[in-house]
Formats: sequence, structure tokens, C-alpha cells
Amino acid sequence: MEFKFAIEGGNFSKAGSASSEVKKILKQLNVNPKIIKRTVVSLYEAEVNVVAHAFEGCMNVDIDTDKIIVKIEDKGPGIPDIDQAMQEGYSTATPQVREMGFGAGMGLPNIKRNSDQMNITSKVDVGTEVEIINYFG
Amino acid sequence: MIVQDIVEKLGLKVCSGANGLNREIEGGYTSDLLSDVMGNADENHVWVTLQTHKNIMAIASLKELAAIVLVKGYEPEADTLEQSNEEGIPILSSEEEAFELTGKLYEIINQAK
Ligand SMILES: Nc1ncnc2c1ncn2[C@@H]1O[C@H](COP(=O)(O)OP(=O)(O)O)[C@@H](O)[C@H]1O
Ligand SMILES: [Mg+2]
Repeated sequence: MEFKFAIEGGNFSKAGSASSEVKKILKQLNVNPKIIKRTVVSLYEAEVNVVAHAFEGCMNVDIDTDKIIVKIEDKGPGIPDIDQAMQEGYSTATPQVREMGFGAGMGLPNIKRNSDQMNITSKVDVGTEVEIINYFG
Repeated sequence: MIVQDIVEKLGLKVCSGANGLNREIEGGYTSDLLSDVMGNADENHVWVTLQTHKNIMAIASLKELAAIVLVKGYEPEADTLEQSNEEGIPILSSEEEAFELTGKLYEIINQAK
């Protein structure tokens, strides 16, 4: 099964809505609640990163019998140094975004902890793709 | 222990989501960093925070939290309140600061266990 959800850069009032749709689908499919929880955390963080750091993007969801594969792609500034971005506490978020409680630099580490596989590819001034794979078994 | 119990025991104001006052509470988490809550809070937790914008409801809903308690008399913004009513996840408000409130919540939630 494949689904696609748009993500608007800069629109914090809608942040999390794509993740919420995927959660509903996984619940309907009776996926193990523990795996739904992990998936929701990682998808939310990837979605918020598009909202906070990029211009626009989308969440492409592919649900198989044994796993969920999600690709979150965006058009945006890209990530110049992925190893640095993965470090807990590293953030380039603006002061306004931090004031809202975003920008703690814990998003990518949260994805890492809550996914079975995580792949990031990024091109500066073009965009970023984060792939998240979680197995149901 | 349900949300209504902490409302009564701590004299909290119910700002919204009164239809969820019977939600079960199993613990809590105190933080103003959204990713911290996303990564560490758990289902049926009460979340103590000073954040009042709509994203707190997105998190409460995704994590299936029991309720949000705002500190220092803070009130939810209009769209936050609306989503709280829709989802039936209460937003409560306390005049106390996070330290005092968390201490009291910790005590009553653990006594009930
Ligand atoms: N989709 C993205 N586009 C551009 N930069 C990104 C993206 N995702 C993450 N980053 C970069 O990686 C950093 C760390 O991300 P993260 O761990 O989620 O922390 P935070 O979002 O709180 O800053 C961000 O501050 C940003 O510099
Ligand atoms: Mg982030």
C-alpha cells in the first residue's frame, strides 16, 4: 500500500498532521502498538524538520506485510554535514523556533533510536531525503 | 487514577477537553522541549509544560498522553484549545511553577500505584 502526504515548510500549525495520518493507517492495520509508537516518533521528527528547516516536502509511505518504508523528501537548504547534524544537541534552528520548544537538536537522534533503519541523503541548496524503515515482526 | 482525580486533588483549572477527564494516568513527564517529550514521554502520561501553542496537542495526540498541565497560570491558545476539545485530551492549568507541580503530581500518582 502506498500513500503520499504533503508537508508545508514554515507552517507549524500543521506540523504532525502527515504523521498522524500514517498512525491512523497503522492502527487500522493492527500493527503492534510498540512499533506504531516508534514509527510515530521518527515520522514526527522528520516531518517537523521539513517544517522547521525546509521549504516544502512530502512523506511517501509504503506499507508491506512485514515493514513500513517512509521517505520524507524536501526542497530546502540541505544538510552540509550529516554526521554533525546527527549529534545530540546540534541545531541551526532560529531563536523563534527554539522558543516554541523546537530546535533542541534531538530530532535526528530520536529518529535513529526509533527506527530499524535510517538513511539520510542531502544536497546543499537542493534538499534532503530521510528514509525510515521499521519492521513489524 | 484518572485526570479528574488530579484536577480535584491539586485544584487545577480545566481549560479544555473536559470530555477526556476520565482518561487513565500512569505517570508523567515535565519538559518544554518538544523532541524531549516526543522521545521520552509515554502513553497515559500527564505532561507538565509552559508551552501553549497548537503543537503541544499534536504531540499529546500522537503520544496518546492523558492530559497536559500548563504551569504558572498559562492558558492554551485558541487553536490549541479547539484541538484539545476535538481529541478529548484535557488541557489543565495550575498557578504553580513546574517544580512544585511536578513534585505534587509525582507523589499522588505514585501513591495511587
Ligand atoms: N530536512 C532538513 N533540511 C535541512 N536541514 C535539516 C533537515 N533536517 C535536519 N536538518 C539540520 O540538522 C539539524 C539537526 O536536526 P534535529 O536533530 O532534528 O534538530 P533540530 O530540528 O531540533 O534542530 C537541524 O538543526 C538542521 O540544521
Ligand atoms: Mg528536528
